[in-house]
Amino acid sequence: MKMKKFLAAFLALTMVVLCFAACGKGDGKTDSGEKTLKIGFSGPLTGNNAQYGNGVKNGAQLAVDEINAAGGVNGVKLELNPQDDEADAEKAKTAYGVLKDWGMQISLGTVTSGACIAFQGEAAKDNMFVLTPSATAVEAINGDNAFRVCFSDPNQGVASADYIADNKVASKVAVIYDSSDAYSSGIYEKFTAEAKAKGLEIVTAQSFTGDTKTDFSAQLQAVKSSGAELLFLPIYYSEATLILQQAKNASVDVKFFGCDGLDGILNMKNFDTTLAENVMLLTPFAKDAKDSYTVNFVTKFREKGYDETTLNQFAADAYDAVYIIKAAAEKAGINADMSASEICDALKAAMTQITVDGVTGTGITWSADGEPSKAPKANIIKNGSYVAL
Amino acid sequence: MDFLSYLVSGISLGSVYALIALGYTMVYGIAKMLNFAHGDVIMLGAFVIYTISTTLGLPAIVGVLASIVICTIFGIVIEKVAYKPLRKASSLAVLITAIGVSYLLQNAALLIFGSDTKSFTSVVTLPTLKLFDGQLIISGETIATILVSVVIMVALTLFINKTKPGKAMLAVSEDKGAAQLMGINVNRTISLTFAIGSALAAVAGALLCSAYPALSPTTGAMPGIKAFTAAVFGGIGSIPGAMIGGILLGVIENLSKGYISSQLSDAIVFVVLIIVLLVKPTGILGKKIREKV
Repeated sequence: MKMKKFLAAFLALTMVVLCFAACGKGDGKTDSGEKTLKIGFSGPLTGNNAQYGNGVKNGAQLAVDEINAAGGVNGVKLELNPQDDEADAEKAKTAYGVLKDWGMQISLGTVTSGACIAFQGEAAKDNMFVLTPSATAVEAINGDNAFRVCFSDPNQGVASADYIADNKVASKVAVIYDSSDAYSSGIYEKFTAEAKAKGLEIVTAQSFTGDTKTDFSAQLQAVKSSGAELLFLPIYYSEATLILQQAKNASVDVKFFGCDGLDGILNMKNFDTTLAENVMLLTPFAKDAKDSYTVNFVTKFREKGYDETTLNQFAADAYDAVYIIKAAAEKAGINADMSASEICDALKAAMTQITVDGVTGTGITWSADGEPSKAPKANIIKNGSYVAL
Repeated sequence: MDFLSYLVSGISLGSVYALIALGYTMVYGIAKMLNFAHGDVIMLGAFVIYTISTTLGLPAIVGVLASIVICTIFGIVIEKVAYKPLRKASSLAVLITAIGVSYLLQNAALLIFGSDTKSFTSVVTLPTLKLFDGQLIISGETIATILVSVVIMVALTLFINKTKPGKAMLAVSEDKGAAQLMGINVNRTISLTFAIGSALAAVAGALLCSAYPALSPTTGAMPGIKAFTAAVFGGIGSIPGAMIGGILLGVIENLSKGYISSQLSDAIVFVVLIIVLLVKPTGILGKKIREKV
């Protein structure tokens, strides 16, 4: 009995000591003893979605290195800590704990939506500032401490309608969407509302469900009969490839326009990329875009020797995210001595006042609910690769 | 012209359902069990063709033949390992096992081939038919699927009614015990049924993925369930019934997509199914007595 009590006491003591050890690591100093601003995030660095996570990791690291080389934020250097969550919500929660022990003061949240909802749940309790580069689900930034760089899922609908109307891509539009999927129907609803406001005519809206996603001939026939000039596809690329194939077979002659769900269509195994020729899609980043921000980013990214497959929209979003944090931190006068909660309060206020130019857009501003407002960027597929429009 | 287009695409979709339903109804008719793994054998067959013809670059016909052989072997093995030990168990236990096999195949494919969707290269080389100045378009895949379904339907009917192993199947379906007493090897007959059912699945896989070229580990699941519905619609156990059920299901689905609502098409299909079953509980061609097939 006595032995057990002793053991319990010993274990408790060990735990206390370990706690202090963890704090010791998190005193906000680099190896050289200089204080830093600690930025943490988690993302899928291994597994199926590793390209996303490593994109964010490399993009963010590139920005951190550049900022540090130029003297840091308000004279304070930045320090980045990436954690692997394999796009899993539970692992993202654990990663949040690890990062907090490390002394994280600002967070880039997580890379993927599901993980971000869990991560943000913890961060909101601590009033930790979160700016996710790429989590698109609406709920991913619930809470006034969270912001994002990318468009939310439904806001891609608004952005698409704006792009089509403002650039006069078409005036008669048809839509095929997945009514059983929140991403797709969310975009569809916002798209319809914005299209009406912008004077686009939606000549037919066809849908399918997760159970009927192989045969689209009836929907395509309706699109053909409706006289639409453009077919808007707020869906994922695997269904889109079937639609493109069947549209070609049935001689449906329209322009195709999609959102980030179509991103990846060119990487599908054995896919005949000529089917995707001239497909337009809304993505924030194309490697070969000619604007100075993209050229600068792509050149520096390649100079660093990062894996080319991670040079994707996630890397661009993350690169921008770090610069956005810099802009907000300078506006708010953040220093490394402030606690995470103090930093969060100051950044929250600053976010709605700043305007940032970056790779994924120019003149980006934020509303208090965390959603960005920026001009949408679109690409067109030519000869099997993206070309900026 | 819209109506004709909807009708043709409905027949095209329906002929795929019919082809899959033939396998379902055949196994049900003889072995009196619902092989819910049928759809996943289809997926497996399609992956075999994809691997051989696309990854290794061999001609499509080699892929299709290999797929038929491999699916046949799989069908026999699945029956021996998963269903035979349950021959005396309740039909519910067998049904659950079949669902288990279905998940096993899906997850094995997930492990081996990954979750990303692959684009399947059509094995059909027939040209596309364009009628009425290109207003009505019938793809080569549609023509091939309809032809193959009809040929298989006729061949199966002849096989079951005219050949010795076919008659043995009929006997087993009516009374296993009596069949055994008559000197019929029941186990071998049921194995043969599964072998033929799985070979049909391989053919269905080839044509399904040629018509709808997106291949992933869940490719067979939904068409499998639709085809099962088609088999019930036509009268499960009846071979011509599966054909009629499949085509009708496809046509109803596409016409309701075209004229009523693309969102409600499934609901409409199942309402029609319920009405048919209320009027004729055994399906369109189903017989009341147990003499199915």
